[in-house]
Amino acid sequence: MPVRIQPEPFDAGAELMALTSGRPDIGASVTFVGQVRELSGGTTLHTMTLEHYPAMAQAELERIEAEARARFDIQDIEIIHRFGDLAPGDPIVLVIATSASRQPAFDAANFIMDFLKTNAPFWKKEHAADGSHWVDAKSSDDAATRRWDR
Amino acid sequence: MSGKVTVLYFARLREAVGTAEEQITLPESITNAGALLEHLAASDDQKKFAFEGQDIRMAVNQEQATPATPIAPGDEVALFPPVTGG
Repeated sequence: MPVRIQPEPFDAGAELMALTSGRPDIGASVTFVGQVRELSGGTTLHTMTLEHYPAMAQAELERIEAEARARFDIQDIEIIHRFGDLAPGDPIVLVIATSASRQPAFDAANFIMDFLKTNAPFWKKEHAADGSHWVDAKSSDDAATRRWDR
Repeated sequence: MSGKVTVLYFARLREAVGTAEEQITLPESITNAGALLEHLAASDDQKKFAFEGQDIRMAVNQEQATPATPIAPGDEVALFPPVTGG
């Protein structure tokens, strides 16, 4: 399953093992894990709620994955994104890209995260001692995605 | 079902509008997502207030859309703020 959206935590090591075992064609694997950070804009986070648009999130991540496969010389890709209530330190997102040599794997993981950040329909709401608020999108994320324009 | 579109709202827009999903009868004059957004604001003060000054992104049938994206009865139109996942 190349794209999974789930409330449960994931085990990045186990996912990497499952993706690469019995695959001597793979020479390089890049694993990215995004986690909930405790400090957000000067306030200390208690919990975070991730809302998503299920049908579109699945479709959009699959579109991003297909585009990464078309652009880079990749053997395999796995994307997991969580939703629901998360605490500081919890994993949010996993991207694994595998290829024969390292550069396509690095590039694909980078590409997928940039587009996931600006295109996948997920929204973070942070809960802290001073109340709850929706996280604002960052213009630096838009800029990161634009550098892939061609 | 004919004549209606499903409109979905997410995140802060869902909270401001006060609903996650509704069925809207599509006037014949409305043929794209931007016109639907204007129609929603014009027919409901709470939505007008919710949309005001917001950067609203849209999707039609689970694909990113622009105000010019055509819509037709039976479509699912989603309205939401810029995404913040990852």
